Amino acid sequence: MKLLYFAWLKQKTGIGEEDITLPNDVTTLGALVDWLKTRGPGYGEALADLSVVRFAVNQEFSQLDHPLTDADEVALFPPVTGG
Amino acid sequence: MIRVQNEDFDIGVEMTALSGNGDVGALASFVGLVRGQEGDESISAMTLEHYPGMTEKKLAEIEAEARNRWPLNDCLIIHRYGRFEPGERIVMVVTASSHRQAALEACAFLIDWLKTSAPFWKLEERGDNKDWVEARAADDQAAEKWATKK
Repeated sequence: MKLLYFAWLKQKTGIGEEDITLPNDVTTLGALVDWLKTRGPGYGEALADLSVVRFAVNQEFSQLDHPLTDADEVALFPPVTGG
Repeated sequence: MIRVQNEDFDIGVEMTALSGNGDVGALASFVGLVRGQEGDESISAMTLEHYPGMTEKKLAEIEAEARNRWPLNDCLIIHRYGRFEPGERIVMVVTASSHRQAALEACAFLIDWLKTSAPFWKLEERGDNKDWVEARAADDQAAEKWATKK
């Protein structure tokens, strides 16, 4: 699975993009977030307050109950501020 | 038409290009610039980051929605990414229609919706500090008003 991080989530995790193998028991976006938090302090800090994190699965805004497969592209980012 | 680019654009050239051949009676436009002042603080620069791929997809959806709601002859959204200084252009929306109401309303709709649904993030530089701009509730409210109104 391809993971993308933008804005301050990229700074806190120290990563813009990474390829991971989805663990067998991770089948939703929420479970992915819980698993990511265990991967290091940067991830824990980036995902400490999910009220300021938005998610996209295959480039569509998605909620934490969204199902995932290893072929998906998941992006994590703050609320958008363009325009 | 959607353009996501680092390069600047020429407002006159873009508006002229959407002027049609006598079928367009109204052009409406919005241009967003980098502000050099936010309250009492000076902003020295602004960096726009985006999610390539999803940005174009969301902007195309927003354009399709505008064309669905209003009788538009044409429609253009240009959004830049990169680092810009005060006074530089960030975004331009142009709508072309037979009459002004459709052009003006569609233009307002496009900028309100793109602010809350296109994946861009702003990083402000103030002196030695760099801070990510937080989303504003007022922007969400501006977008929400289009949910029920034509």
